[in-house]
Amino acid sequence: MPSLKSLKTRIGSVKNTQKITKAMKMVAAAKLRRAQEAAEAARPYAERMASVLTSLSAKADRGASAPRLLVGTGKDDVHLVVVATSERGLCGGFNTNIVRGARAKIDSLIRQGKTVKILCVGKKGRAVLRRLYGDAVIDTIDLSHVRRLAFADAQPIAERVIAMFNAGEFDVAWLFFAKFQSALVQITTGQQLIPAPLAEADAAGAGGSVVEYEPSENAILETLLPRNIAVQMFRALLENAASEQGSRMTAMDNATRNAGDMINKLTLTYNRQRQAVITKELIEIISGAEAL
Amino acid sequence: MADKLHFELVSPERLLNSAEVEMVVVPGEDGDFGVLAGHAPFMSTIRAGVIGIHAGGGAAPQRVFINGGFAEVNDKGLTILAEQAIPVAEIDAEAVARELANAREDIKLAKNAAERDHAEKAAALLEAKLGAVRH
Repeated sequence: MPSLKSLKTRIGSVKNTQKITKAMKMVAAAKLRRAQEAAEAARPYAERMASVLTSLSAKADRGASAPRLLVGTGKDDVHLVVVATSERGLCGGFNTNIVRGARAKIDSLIRQGKTVKILCVGKKGRAVLRRLYGDAVIDTIDLSHVRRLAFADAQPIAERVIAMFNAGEFDVAWLFFAKFQSALVQITTGQQLIPAPLAEADAAGAGGSVVEYEPSENAILETLLPRNIAVQMFRALLENAASEQGSRMTAMDNATRNAGDMINKLTLTYNRQRQAVITKELIEIISGAEAL
Repeated sequence: MADKLHFELVSPERLLNSAEVEMVVVPGEDGDFGVLAGHAPFMSTIRAGVIGIHAGGGAAPQRVFINGGFAEVNDKGLTILAEQAIPVAEIDAEAVARELANAREDIKLAKNAAERDHAEKAAALLEAKLGAVRH
């Protein structure tokens, strides 16, 4: 049986832990609201970009002059997998789930005999991927200094990916992140980044009307495609930020509840022990008196 | 009075402006163009410059600086996708001039072609910004 004193310190320390997890939960809830607003505010741009791109790529010619970002290199040998994770831990299964999703893809690519290169965004995914795939992890992009995610943070990542593509370092790019659904549910999503996946060109979007382009359609596509990649990247990072906070909030809520349960249990043991000590002392006094 | 044009200005971070206006003047890649209600479907890239939003009724146009982007006119109206948009009145001319001086220095200090290219682009953007304020 642990002593009364040690039980008391134990209860104290669990109480402190509970205070911390409770505070973290509240901070995460406040951050979640902001991240969610940011993700929602970014939606119109991404949606309009997608609709413009769809109608444009449906009309663009697929000949030799078509932008490579749209049609790809014509090969399918080297894949780049961009894995976006968080910069901080203590957010439940958030990072594990993203890495698991990415791993499933990477493993299946490797089984098909493709070469895989991995680019980590956020340091939490790096450790695991490094251990599993070693030198396939080409670099990690550190976003820990970013307090409020801006488009300017996503752009350099996109530029880098495009530069690598233009240098012929890979043929197909994938992006893994957690799509935010609610504080409880985040969906690990893997999407193809390059070549641009084509949504079915709907006749309604094109409107059947003749659209004038200035400069030419292909020139517009050339400028639009890199921008689209930056936008996709930005959106993924925003979704990720919201998911991270949601996941952390849930995790910290659980932790607070667990700490509460533990305190109850420990308090019970403490009280029982205290009574046992009193009873023991009484017995000693009484039997001492009877012996006289 | 003719129909109003539905105009939206969107940045990656949020929807900046959504309004019914009379006319919008856009600095297109190949020259400025004005968009009124009922404009034919049209798509154009935009150079860094000032868009003029004419609310109608003869009021002075609202001027917003954008650092390049993309304009689409369809039957629903005009949508401008810009990466950054600042009302011209909010631009601090002195700060921009200072940044421009820095950027020009960067061009001189650039060690390789890529760096110089980057600095030159930044300088061109700042010049356009300064031009917008001084105009």
